[in-house]
Amino acid sequence: MKQIIFLGRGGQGAVTSSQVLAISAFIDGKQSQAFPNFGVERTGAPVRSYCRIDDKKINLREQLKEADYALILDPTLTKNLNEKITSLIIVNSNKKPVDLGLQTNAKVICIDITKVAMEKIGKPFVNISALGAFAALTNEITLESLEKAVLQQMGAKGSIVEKNIEAVREVYKISKNDLQK
Amino acid sequence: MVEKKVMSGSEAIALAVKLCKPLVLPMYPITPSTLVPEKLSEFVANGELNAQMIYVESEHSAISALYGAYATGVRSFTATASQGLALMHEIIPIVSASRFPAVMFIANRALSGPLSIWNDHSDSMSERDQGWIQLFCEDIQEAFDTIIMAYKIAEKENVSLPIMVCADGFILTHVYEPVQIEEQEKITDFVGTYNPKDFLDTKNPKTFGAFAQPNTYFEFKEQVQDAMMEALKEIKNVNEEFGKKFKRKYGDGLIELIEMQDAEYALLIAGSTIGTAREVVKDLRKKGKKVGLIKLKSVRPFPTKELILASKKLKGLGIIDRHISLGYEGALCTETKAALVKEKVNVTGFIAGLGGRDIDRERIRHAFDLIINGKEGVWLK
Repeated sequence: MKQIIFLGRGGQGAVTSSQVLAISAFIDGKQSQAFPNFGVERTGAPVRSYCRIDDKKINLREQLKEADYALILDPTLTKNLNEKITSLIIVNSNKKPVDLGLQTNAKVICIDITKVAMEKIGKPFVNISALGAFAALTNEITLESLEKAVLQQMGAKGSIVEKNIEAVREVYKISKNDLQK
Repeated sequence: MVEKKVMSGSEAIALAVKLCKPLVLPMYPITPSTLVPEKLSEFVANGELNAQMIYVESEHSAISALYGAYATGVRSFTATASQGLALMHEIIPIVSASRFPAVMFIANRALSGPLSIWNDHSDSMSERDQGWIQLFCEDIQEAFDTIIMAYKIAEKENVSLPIMVCADGFILTHVYEPVQIEEQEKITDFVGTYNPKDFLDTKNPKTFGAFAQPNTYFEFKEQVQDAMMEALKEIKNVNEEFGKKFKRKYGDGLIELIEMQDAEYALLIAGSTIGTAREVVKDLRKKGKKVGLIKLKSVRPFPTKELILASKKLKGLGIIDRHISLGYEGALCTETKAALVKEKVNVTGFIAGLGGRDIDRERIRHAFDLIINGKEGVWLK
């Protein structure tokens, strides 16, 4: 089973990220579960959300104490990552991983997702496009299933959906290139 | 079209309600049940569900309007949680005494105070003496299926009792996971239409909610108790029928036994915690421990006979209560002890998960350790 932690700020859409990831993994033929760190939502406050992906039915309902991956939507939240991450931490940042001050044995990759979002969407909406980086850097989901998942979750929201899908593709491409560096 | 997709627990519950075609929906939203009326209101607004939403001014009014809807003889629905259910308390026993087969969804949430929006079972447990059937759910597929079964059980003529379908607030209402949504035609065929014999009708006037003197009140309560005993059978029957039609069922409808064939020690749990406990049992079995689980689905009516059969050969049975009857112990513990009074099994009570405290594998393992070693029950803080 793979476990993923999303860190964002209230209003950034970290909960939606985890939901879209769960939908995407299921479209790929896996079992999945997404749930927020239940609380009283406040704009700007740190928000946690979680996702589990497995080949068999997921029975676990306990909260996550560690995870394979972390996806940090706001670079100022790196110090809020208390959970042990075993594989990869993806940070939405224009800095270098060493400059983030993360104490971890996991690999850290920075992708400037906000920059792509500003270009493609015109607003700093990074929650959906960040999943492009997740797909490219982990291979846990495919780009095809991710696009379908975005449509399922956001289908009714008009042109913003297409813009988000464009941003997903761009972030995916940048992340793949980053891997080859 | 049969469709399996990832969605939120609340959406799955709202879809199940929609497929049962209730005509009146008196709603007063309260966290964490809010997304259910929100979704239903969307279905009514976009024409997918032909029902009358009533945006009432309190939960007291929601349950009163639900009563009123059933008095006119139509299938209806409402949802609530925590203090919302507590505010309904005054009307709750009147619905069961009037024998209205109402279905209400409870997103289990701790009762205030202190104020908490998080999960435990103190809301529905506090209402368990009021003549409502109470069915708990482990995952959102089970919540979807239980709503559908609930209408069928409630509307059986020999039952005619209201049902609370209980699912852990946030843990199940806000989780996204795969759920199979069944076809309208199959659901309609399974649930049937609601044709009550008694309802308000100017052409055939009848009295509802009448004053009862000491020479009749007693018999009203006796009839509700008799109907509860009928429900013990009908819950099993409906679970079997559901299994035949949809290829899914939940134990015998009242309890589900997990790894109990040769178990020496077991835990009895209601609600979503069973999922996590399944993983603990798998691990302990690998280590050679003969452990199992009893999933309590029906808290009311209480399945005494089934519990005796399931646990009389055990050396130890632990009860994890997500609720406490303050001044004594967990209610499920008390009730299980009473059921097993003539058996030799050692029953131990654990209090866990109050006000949203996580019930993780470590705590469940600890409970198993204590019962295996014959220790006293503790609070799994």
